This record gives sequence, C-alpha cells and structure tokens, in this order.
Amino acid sequence: MSEQVTGAQSLVLSLEAAGVTDVFGIPGGAILPLYDPLMDSKQIRHILVRHEQGAGHAAEGYAAASGRVGVCMATSGPGATNLVTPIADAHMDSIPMVAVTGQVASASIGTDAFQEADIRGITMPITKHNFLVTNPDEIPQAIAEAFHLASTGRPGPVLVDVSKDALQAMTSFDWPPTINLPGYHPVTRPHAKQVREAARLIVEARQPVLYVGGGVVRANASPALLRLAELTGIPVVTTLMARGAFPDSHGLHLGMPGMHGTVAAVGALQKSDLLITLGARFDDRVTGKLSSFAPNATVIHADIDPAEIGKNRFADVPIVGDLLEIIPELTAAIEAEHAAGHQGDYEGWWSQLGHMREVYPLGYDHAEDGLSPQYVIERLGIISGENSVFTAGVGQHQMWAAQFIKYNQPRTWINSGGLGTMGFAVPAAMGAKVAVPDKTVWAVDGDGCFQMTNQELVTCTINEIPIKVALINNSSLGMVRQWQTLFYNERYSNTDLHSHRIPDFVKLADAYGCHGLRCESVEEVDATIEKAMSLNDAPVVIDFVVHKDAMVWPMVAAGTSNDEIMVARSMAPEWGSDD
Amino acid sequence: MTRHTLSVLVENKPGVLARVSSLFSRRGFNIESLAVGPTEVSDVSRMTIVVNVESLPLEQVTKQLNKLINVLKIVELDQGAAVAREIMLVKVRADIDSRSKVIEVVQLFKAKVVDVAPEALTIEITGNPEKLADFLKVMEPFGIKELVKSGMVAVGRGSRSISDRSTRPADKAGERTA
Repeated sequence: MSEQVTGAQSLVLSLEAAGVTDVFGIPGGAILPLYDPLMDSKQIRHILVRHEQGAGHAAEGYAAASGRVGVCMATSGPGATNLVTPIADAHMDSIPMVAVTGQVASASIGTDAFQEADIRGITMPITKHNFLVTNPDEIPQAIAEAFHLASTGRPGPVLVDVSKDALQAMTSFDWPPTINLPGYHPVTRPHAKQVREAARLIVEARQPVLYVGGGVVRANASPALLRLAELTGIPVVTTLMARGAFPDSHGLHLGMPGMHGTVAAVGALQKSDLLITLGARFDDRVTGKLSSFAPNATVIHADIDPAEIGKNRFADVPIVGDLLEIIPELTAAIEAEHAAGHQGDYEGWWSQLGHMREVYPLGYDHAEDGLSPQYVIERLGIISGENSVFTAGVGQHQMWAAQFIKYNQPRTWINSGGLGTMGFAVPAAMGAKVAVPDKTVWAVDGDGCFQMTNQELVTCTINEIPIKVALINNSSLGMVRQWQTLFYNERYSNTDLHSHRIPDFVKLADAYGCHGLRCESVEEVDATIEKAMSLNDAPVVIDFVVHKDAMVWPMVAAGTSNDEIMVARSMAPEWGSDD
Repeated sequence: MTRHTLSVLVENKPGVLARVSSLFSRRGFNIESLAVGPTEVSDVSRMTIVVNVESLPLEQVTKQLNKLINVLKIVELDQGAAVAREIMLVKVRADIDSRSKVIEVVQLFKAKVVDVAPEALTIEITGNPEKLADFLKVMEPFGIKELVKSGMVAVGRGSRSISDRSTRPADKAGERTA
C-alpha cells in the first residue's frame, strides 16, 4: 500500500528508510521543497553549516568515524559546486557518502537557468556513481541505490541530483524499492587458489612485510589483521590512511611508510622480499620513485577494487575481495601451512629491522626558543588519550599528527590522504563528533588550513558540537615553506601568513562562541591541553604559537627513491648490511 | 602500441556515453573509433571502441571501465576471431569522361553508387578498415570531394553471443591477472 506524497516527502521518507539520522547542509532555491518536509522529520537531524564544503567534509568525518554513510545536502549551482572538493576528497579516500543536491526544474535544465550547474557532469569523474532524477517516482530507488553503492564494494561518494519539479510533484512512496544495478557486482569472496598461493609465499619468505592501507579500516578488518600478524610474526607498516588499523603500541608495528615515514617502515618495504599488501594502493607518497620501490619484493595484493591491482605495481598474487573475508581465510591457509610443518623464519629479518628501529626512532629537536610543534602534538596525544579521535588538515601538522600521536584503534585518525585537502580538519571533526559524541574529538590544524574552513566553528557552537581545535600556528604555510627551504634556496615566496598578528585566533574563537586559549611556551603546554579537556560546554580553540622552522623528518623528496630517505637535512641513514 | 577492439555492453541510460568517453580521456587514451547502437536486448546498448594502447594500460582501462556502474560487460575482440565492419560514404569527382572508370572500381570492390550527379558520384562501401583504405587509394586519383566514415562495429565469429559469456571480466580479475 503506497501513500501519495510529494517528491520532497518521498525523498525525506527514503532517507529515513535508509537509516539516516544526521545530515549536513544548506538550503537554497532549488532544494527548498525538500527542506520543508525535512523540518518535520523526527529521525533526521539537519545541521545547518556555514559553507557547503563544510557540509561535505563533515559528512566525510561522520562516515570515517562511524563507518556509516555520511550525508550532505546543497542546492543547485554554487551550492552543488561547493561540494565538489569534499566529493573528490571522499572519492580519493574511499569514504561512503551520499550527496543530495537540488537541481533547477527539468524544463530549465540546459538553458543556463539561474543557479544551474551540470553537477552530474561535473562530478562524473569524482563520484563512484551519480544520478539525475527528474521523475519523482524514481526518488526512492535512486536513494536506495545511492546508499547501496556508497556503502558496498569499495566505498565512495554518490551524488543524487533532484530537479525542483520532481521534488514538488506528487508521487507514491514505496519502500524498499527494487535495486536494479545489473552492472554492479563487487567481489567479496576471495579466490581460494590465490589465498593458498599467498600463504605458501608467506611461509617461504624471509623478509616479508604486511603493507597495510586504509582499506583495512574501511573493511573493519583490524581484529583480523591483528590475528594474522600475531600468528605469523610478520612486521607491519600502516600507511597514512591506515594509522590505527594496527596498534602503534604493538611490537610488530614499524610505523608509517612513505614520504615522511619511519626509517624502519620505509626500509622494511625497500628491503622486503614479499609485500603482503592489504587494502593499500601503492600511492606515489608511499612508493617514492616507483621503479626503485621494493625492488626485490614479490607482491601479494589484496583489494576489493580489481582496478587497483596491477595499476602501479605488478601483483604476483592478486586477491580481489573484501579484506574482512580475505584476511581470515589467509590466516587459516597459513595455519594449514604451519600444520604441514612449513613455518616462516623471519629471525634474521627482525634483527635487521630491530636495528633500524633502534638507531632511527622518530624524533625531533626541541626549539631553543619557542615551542616545538612536534612536542605539542605528542603531548596532545598522550594527555587526550585512547578515547579520542584526531582529525587533521594537510601539511606539516598532519604529518606530525600521524607520526607523534599513537593510535591503537581504527577510526581514531581521520585525514585527507589522497586529495590532500587543506581545511579538512575542522568540518571533519564536527562530523566525527556528531557520529561519536562520547569521544573527545580534536582537530589538529595548521593556521593555513584553519583559515579555509574555520567558519564551521559557528556551526559547532550553535549546534552544541564541542570539538576541540589544536591550532599549530607557525604563521606560515609550513609544508610549502619546508619545500622552499629544501628545494628553492630558502626563497619564501608567499608562504608567510602573518598569523602571529592577524587574525587573533583567541579573539576569533571568542567571536564564534568558543573557548579561546593561547599557549606559547613549553611550560604551558600540558596545563593548556588539560584546561581544554575540562571545557565541554562549547568548542575549544588552542592557539599554539610554535616556531616556524621546524621541519618534518624523515623525508623522501618527491620523485626520488625511497632509498634516498633523509632522517634530517642532508642526513641519510645507514641501512646496515644487505644480506 | 597495438590496436584493440573492445565490445562494451552498457545500460541504455543518459550520460553513459559521456562516462565512457571521459574515462578514456582522463586516463590519457585516444579513442580511434567509437560506435554506439542498440542491441537485441532492449535497454542495453553496445559500444565498439577501437584504441591504440599497450596491453598493460589496456587492462587498466578495461578495469576502470568495469567500475562504471552502467557498464555491463566488456569483451576484447581478437581480430582473427571477429568480423569487423565500417561503412563509408564517398563523394568522388566523376564527369562524363571518368564516370565509367569510377563505376568499374565500384564494381570491383562490390561497393554501391547511391547518388548520381553530373559532376560526382556518391558511393557507399562497407568492409573492414583495410578494404576501405584500399578503395580510397584507388579512388584518390579521380578526386575525393567528401568522405564520411562510421566507427567500426564488430562481432565475434561462431555461434556464441556476447551476452552468453557468463561473467564480466571484473568478476574474474583475480584469475585474469594471475
């Protein structure tokens, strides 16, 4: 029995039926009909943001923190185009997200009508899929398919563009609608033969590494990974997207590989004879110069997306499937090898890696005068502790937050890895806090990033979303400045933001209804963080005024080989003897 | 670089052609020819796409194509195991002196005159790309005034239909790459 409703009502009912409880968005002309019935929804809390980009990143943070599909909404034209950056971000980082946009009336589509933009065309290459709905009867099916696509297989963003007349017309609402996606069959069950082959290689290898990517987090496969690692005793590296997928406190963990990875993690990949790649995609920031990456390694590559396999690096053993199924099956296959008397021997490997880890731990120098950003971030991780989620913007503070905060749980580290979107931290933290309100949510942000999206602090204050912002204020675009220091003869073209003077971030926080704190010396760090931890009635912003010459180390310069990793300026590590 | 012919079955929905063609351009591949049309199954269209790429990037293209939700199936047609045809319409200069010579060539190639004017003949010819190229070579001395060519369409030889082949390549990616 179907009831007669407007297209807009049908859309709200569809979102409710899809289980949506929180939406981030801004209304406007074309989507106005939808906002009317949305006001009456008892299930959906709509959070009115201050810029659509904030809505998109909030939906991403929400999804990354909870695993549920994040939802954002915007009107046609500029509303929709403001979602483009977060949609592209979600696409790169495989975040399940549904974006609902209003579109001009179907009769006006293609006429360059007021606030018209071909958002379906614009977002084709940056969505998993998108829909333009002009027939109100198709709304429930489009929404159901959007949620199905966003959340299954390799997760990603799906956009549903609905014309204004479709929202206004009468239609019937039926749920569940038929999902008709004949071209969509994500493979979740791995091929048993490949899994057995992988197990055989693993027990035969002498220098294997578990190269763990963000797919493990998306697949909720961390417990399975822990069992696999502990069964085999194989060293683990977690990429930027996978921080927290495997406990940092675990003895098998060598840290993060890549451009700013630990010497042990980078070295392990380079010297490995077998990469067991789980939900990672051989990104250039991990591999360095691809042709010299892990030259002696045989590659096992497990991923839900067959297109990732063999894209950058040839896979000797490709395994397509859901890591939540692959890892336990691989573990079982290795157990079978063990039972047959084939046990891996990685003792020599570990003594080599142990040496690297011991000689080249992550570290930093304390500033002679002023505050070291690394120290601030390290203390933040320790004081805020396990029940915290950290988001980050993009740049030096992001790398330090990935290096110096210890993550022991998945979904406690949320950042923009693939697209590298400055301004991600504050809105993503807002979304995360909505998704997991019982956790302390910190946005570790830089002064450059913060000035791109800090308007969402208003949203946080008004909607009682008490996030905390650790502003690592070095008064410059720090990472760009670091490159200028290293590669452009210290010519600092347009990287000085003068943020020590303008704006006054404490006053800005105050204007937004947040608590504004400032910290300028080592002695104040702990007390200021503790003070921020005690304030939960409104968002908190701490302006950590840090010195601007700190650099992120180790570093593999862009385009060079991982073998050329520097532990500090002009300082290469001794790799130890090759054997 | 080698020439590859892909048969791509897609859902007949708005925007599908844009999705497919923009994917090729984004990944940096030139489409040599592309033909789209309906099939024996309503709601399903078939694209025949000819590309010049090495086999490794081609594998990446087919995998990326398979990720498009509206793409149902992709089959690469081997030249030997497929029938491939293009259609071409050519307007050739042909006056009272040369007309019979032009018609002679038309008959030789089993082509067809579809329009006659005092100064020109319009000729329809169907065949594989090599035949069409040969035909043009012979016609050139007469003077080619205008030429239009369809994209190539191709179908596998034998009794099996593309819709029979049980699984899409993506479903077997694990085996394929091995």
